[in-house]
Amino acid sequence: MVPEIYYITLSAILFTMGALGVLARRNALIIFMSVELMLNAANLAFVSFANTFQQLDGQIIVFFVIAVAAAEVAVGLALIVAIFRSKHSIDVDQMSNLKG
Amino acid sequence: MHLSETVNTGFFFLAPWIIFAPVVGLLVNIIFGGWFLKRSWGEAAVGTVASLASGIAFAVSALLAWSLSAAHGEVVVVPFAEWIHIGSLQLDWTFRVDTLSVTMMLAVSGVGTLIHIYAIGYMHEDVRFKKDEKRYQRFFVFMNLFITMMMLLVSSDSYLMLFVGWEGVGLCSFLLIGFWYDMDTLGRPSWANSNAANKAFIANRIGDFGFLIAGFIMFWAFGSFQFDEVFTQVGAIAPGIITAITLFMLVGVTGKSAQIPLYVWLPDAMAGPTPVSALIHAATMVTAGVYLVTRSAPLYSTVPAAQYVVALTGALTALFAATIAVGQYDIKKVLAYSTISQLGFMVAAVGMGAYVAGMFHLVTHAFFKALLFLSAGSVILGLERGHHHLSHHEGHQGHEGSHHEEVRRTEPVEVFDPGDMRNMGGLRKTMPVTFWLYVFGTLALAGIFPFAGFWSKDEILLDASLHYPDIYWILTLAAFLTAFYMGRQIWMVFFGEPRHEAAAHAEESKPIITIPLMVLAALALLGGGLNLPGAHTLGHWLEHTLGEIEVPEFSLMVAGVSTALALAAIGISWLVYGRNPLKAEQKDPLKKPLGFLFTGMENKWWVDEGYKWLILDNYVRLSKFLAEVIDWRFWHDWFHEKIIAGTYNWLSNIALNKYADQQGIDAFANGLGEWTKEVSASLRRVQNGFVRSYALSVLLGVVLILGYLLLK
Repeated sequence: MVPEIYYITLSAILFTMGALGVLARRNALIIFMSVELMLNAANLAFVSFANTFQQLDGQIIVFFVIAVAAAEVAVGLALIVAIFRSKHSIDVDQMSNLKG
Repeated sequence: MHLSETVNTGFFFLAPWIIFAPVVGLLVNIIFGGWFLKRSWGEAAVGTVASLASGIAFAVSALLAWSLSAAHGEVVVVPFAEWIHIGSLQLDWTFRVDTLSVTMMLAVSGVGTLIHIYAIGYMHEDVRFKKDEKRYQRFFVFMNLFITMMMLLVSSDSYLMLFVGWEGVGLCSFLLIGFWYDMDTLGRPSWANSNAANKAFIANRIGDFGFLIAGFIMFWAFGSFQFDEVFTQVGAIAPGIITAITLFMLVGVTGKSAQIPLYVWLPDAMAGPTPVSALIHAATMVTAGVYLVTRSAPLYSTVPAAQYVVALTGALTALFAATIAVGQYDIKKVLAYSTISQLGFMVAAVGMGAYVAGMFHLVTHAFFKALLFLSAGSVILGLERGHHHLSHHEGHQGHEGSHHEEVRRTEPVEVFDPGDMRNMGGLRKTMPVTFWLYVFGTLALAGIFPFAGFWSKDEILLDASLHYPDIYWILTLAAFLTAFYMGRQIWMVFFGEPRHEAAAHAEESKPIITIPLMVLAALALLGGGLNLPGAHTLGHWLEHTLGEIEVPEFSLMVAGVSTALALAAIGISWLVYGRNPLKAEQKDPLKKPLGFLFTGMENKWWVDEGYKWLILDNYVRLSKFLAEVIDWRFWHDWFHEKIIAGTYNWLSNIALNKYADQQGIDAFANGLGEWTKEVSASLRRVQNGFVRSYALSVLLGVVLILGYLLLK
């Protein structure tokens, strides 16, 4: 039996990598993938805690998260395609039209 | 119309018709008069309707008198309509038929009818001389209105209804004095007549104010205006209050009956047409004050002090006005001052408690003074005819050459005063009928036996000699002057040579004018028969209303003295004016021997000027002071502009605008805006447009919130 601290630690590492990916990269697709990484880090934490406390709530939440993530991917990819069509770039730093 | 039990016998139910007959007359003339006047018989129709209306009132008055004597003079009250019912005050419009009111009704409507008939002829010419024939209708409407109001006055059963008539006759007086309101007495465009009307009205208002105060005190003390209710309570009221009522009433009397100090309006009232002067300002309206005192006899009899004041006012007026009459040149002005003087006799009589003598003189005076005024009107018309004839004659000559006519037109119109006695003279030959009528009136006024004036004036003097010697002497002197100025008038007008072309060409008046005068002349001759010594018909007749009256014995002394003085006065006037008739442009022969005195008489003792100096000028000064200083400078400039507007301006401009608004509200609002701008300017740096920095903020926020939740 692998101790749960490993799962949590892996989850934290994955979340940190995802967060750094979102903050550090300029490519919209990479940012998108980093967001997926953070979501799945959260999923991992949910299932490990569900297992530890022997409760199904965590498992169920994970299904919701997967479903929402799928919807998000659909919308997000469509946005990225639309941005690319108008700007011929997916560099997020160039999308600064709403600058104050 | 509901009648009480007492009025079912006799003709008392007709009483309201003394008022409704003239009302119907004036309505007919208002509605159809204009239509009448478009026809050739129009003036006759208008005049006949008016005269008939007045004549019916006279006939009803006569029937009332007959019924009254059949009822042994008992007071009959004819209720007619509800008037004022407020709380305890129950005033109805009621006709009071008693011997006193019937006497007045007969005098008013009788003389009134004769004057109406005379006016048909007089106004026919007057409207033509004044060149406004449409006013013929208006004249008769006003005359009938006057008869209505006068009848209301004498037939009333309460002081309040009497006051309605009192004001009504004042209104008619105003309307008729100002009848030719847009010209002066000579027909020139001017406000003179209109001013005379105003003067009469205002002087009467002052008197009416006194009457009103008397009415207020009366209601306060007695709780009623009704004659009988007031008179039965007299014993229970303090004499001081009754003195106040009677003296304030005297103020009203001095206004209406032209006594000192309010008489000044009556001479100016001669601006009205002559029938008006005869009817209103000699025979009837001006005697309303005498009637009022007689009617209030139960009040006056309890306060001898007030009675003495009334008597003295009357006596002094009698003498004072007589002196002025001596110095006048206008034929109507002499008669006007004579009227004031004779009213003084009456007021003195009723003041002394000699109510019968006062009423007797009132009636006879109505006869002979109306006669004198109307004859004077006839003289004036005669002179106007002469003058008209003259200018027409000259115009006819000028007609032959057209250039003459041109010259005539550019000449200034000659101002001819047909009422100035200095323009007259020798009218005995050209106007014989008027002359004899005038002589009758003069003898009656002067108090020569056996004319009416002799008997009535003698009775007043007799009463005075018994109780008030001082008043007796004043009145005797006034009677002497009366005979003198009337003699002077006769010599100046009818004797000597004409002093003006117009007088030489004067023409006698038509029968419509002279016949009513003949009736009046007969009355002036026989009027004394009403109350001959011994018989005392009028005295016994009025006893039913006034109670027991002292009947003084006829005194040959008093009668002899007054007749001798009157004859002497006429003799002196012959010496001065008759023996050496006045020449044209000659000064009055009395001017030299009397000097200053005559100048005073000529100028009416400067009473008008005195009033102007004493009252009018001060009044105008006060008004100007009030208008300029108080109203304009104090209220407008200082109070309104400085205090109210200034404070308001300061408050709104400085306090509210500058401090509260600009530096308070504005500063706050602007500051808020500025601050918002500054804050947002610093905040907008956050919106740097870098998506990743937004994401960092989100992360930091989450970390902060989670940190807070974990560490709390």
